[in-house]
Amino acid sequence: MTTIAIPPGMPQYDDVPRYDVDAVRADFPILDREINGHRLVYLDSANTSHKPRQVLDVLAEHYARHNANVSRSVHTLGTEATEAYEGARAKIAAFINAPSVDEVVFTKNSTEAINIVAYAFSNASLRADADPRFRLGPGDEIVISEMEHHSNIVPWQLLAERTGATLRWFPVTDHGRLDESGLADLVTERTKIVSLVHTSNILGTVNATARITQRVREVGALLLLDCSQSVPHMPMDVVDHDADFIVFTGHKMCGPTGIGVLWGRSELLAAMPPVLGGGSMIETVTMARSTFAAPPARFEAGTPPIAEAVALGAAVDYLSGIGMRAVQWHEKELTAYALDALATVPGLRIFGPNVPVGRGGTISFALGDVHPHDVGQVLDSLGVQVRVGHHCAKPVCTRFGVPAMTRASFYLYTTTEEIDALVAGLEQVRKVFD
Amino acid sequence: MQLDQLYQEIILDHYKHPHGRGLREAADTDARVGEAHHVNPTCGDEITVRVTTDGKVFTDISYDGMGCSISQASASVLHELLRGRAADDASVVHDAFVALMSGRGQVTPDEEVLGDGVAFAGVARYPARVKCALLSWMAFKDAAARAGVGVSPTEVEA
Repeated sequence: MTTIAIPPGMPQYDDVPRYDVDAVRADFPILDREINGHRLVYLDSANTSHKPRQVLDVLAEHYARHNANVSRSVHTLGTEATEAYEGARAKIAAFINAPSVDEVVFTKNSTEAINIVAYAFSNASLRADADPRFRLGPGDEIVISEMEHHSNIVPWQLLAERTGATLRWFPVTDHGRLDESGLADLVTERTKIVSLVHTSNILGTVNATARITQRVREVGALLLLDCSQSVPHMPMDVVDHDADFIVFTGHKMCGPTGIGVLWGRSELLAAMPPVLGGGSMIETVTMARSTFAAPPARFEAGTPPIAEAVALGAAVDYLSGIGMRAVQWHEKELTAYALDALATVPGLRIFGPNVPVGRGGTISFALGDVHPHDVGQVLDSLGVQVRVGHHCAKPVCTRFGVPAMTRASFYLYTTTEEIDALVAGLEQVRKVFD
Repeated sequence: MQLDQLYQEIILDHYKHPHGRGLREAADTDARVGEAHHVNPTCGDEITVRVTTDGKVFTDISYDGMGCSISQASASVLHELLRGRAADDASVVHDAFVALMSGRGQVTPDEEVLGDGVAFAGVARYPARVKCALLSWMAFKDAAARAGVGVSPTEVEA
């Protein structure tokens, strides 16, 4: 394994918090499964993570014991459901160090969270009395990057079409890093929002955002960070990151599907017009017009995914119990191990940073000329589950001149033995397609 | 699942040594030419199929594309099976191949009709890969229609 040397005076290797991976694995029932006669080797956590028993139990318990609608009942079950739902919001706020619980808006997923911000811009642009920071028109600019997931590209393309604003983007370097060399020309007084991925879902790159944040502040724009691949894997402090909005999704962090989070600064959420209209998001309604509730309710129209939110709260408890620093370090060691191991496979080319610094445990690669579908199929026959395809980041595939990639991604329950199984599986792929 | 059911020797052979690959111009300037470009949006695989016909017979079927072994081998088999056939005849083969791929592994293929296409019987058991096998066949159907020759009304039941 690669030894990571830490300069004297810094916290040393032994100071790093650790946990018992086998004990963690025992919490995840699915990890006992066999796939095609082999022990399951799940290397697709960037796609969706597995769920520990502690989360599954809370999900079942909610429906079995506390099921009722939220925010509208005086009865006991309604009160219990509301307390559980709002309690989950408080847990999530603490998990990302949000200054206020009301800054956490529950959404369906990251995609919906980004769309809420994009449509708030859109709706504000139609109203002369809206906050000017959210008003867009010809001459205004939206800045993203070439390494975004489609969910952080398409909503902004559509917003630019609706408002006449211009979409611009940071390029990606050959090493899979964000190319910030044009920062001053890219982010200017014309920029209204910069929406950037924190950790790339395809290259694994963790973007250092400080310089960009500084520039965003200089020009008076807003900053959204897509933290779908970072909040599950590292400690997140929204104050420290000095972002205006972050988004993430529950199912990639041991929680259920159907629940995600938009975090926004209080005063920005308060300045945003509503997006979805309906029950729970109003202050008062007449037949002619309505006024709206304060955030977060303003952005949570209709009955929300209650049990999912409560279970996401349990997922946050679970991760906090292990410690996000420990999770981050575990994955850093795995990544170092995997980069070394994959380097021994003849004909393997890694897309993205090939050192375990400034990157997470998501590694995309090509194996010679073998198509990723074929790589994934052979690996599946050996129980190894990887993602193949364009990973909802087609511009990244185009940037590196390939139609698709094979991706292995790790999480708190991944072991070095599983990485060994991947490497052995790749040998098998080479045999079939040699 | 047994991997060799999917990756039959015939499929791997067509993949490694594709027949008739590369887009070709029509030799006869009076020939009708139709072309279609199909993409599998879930994996990004692409194929362009060009048919040349005198109105009755597919005098050439050429193609170019990029994708997995299944999609590329399938295009090679398509070329082998349908080039030089009359439209009616091609329609029978096309229907048989689509039926095989839509059969979830329950259809027994007729080698008389499908030739090397029978090797794809195993692919039908892998729902995620059926679209790979059908990519060139669907592009061919569109290309033939654009050349004014109907092949098959069959729609795929995914």
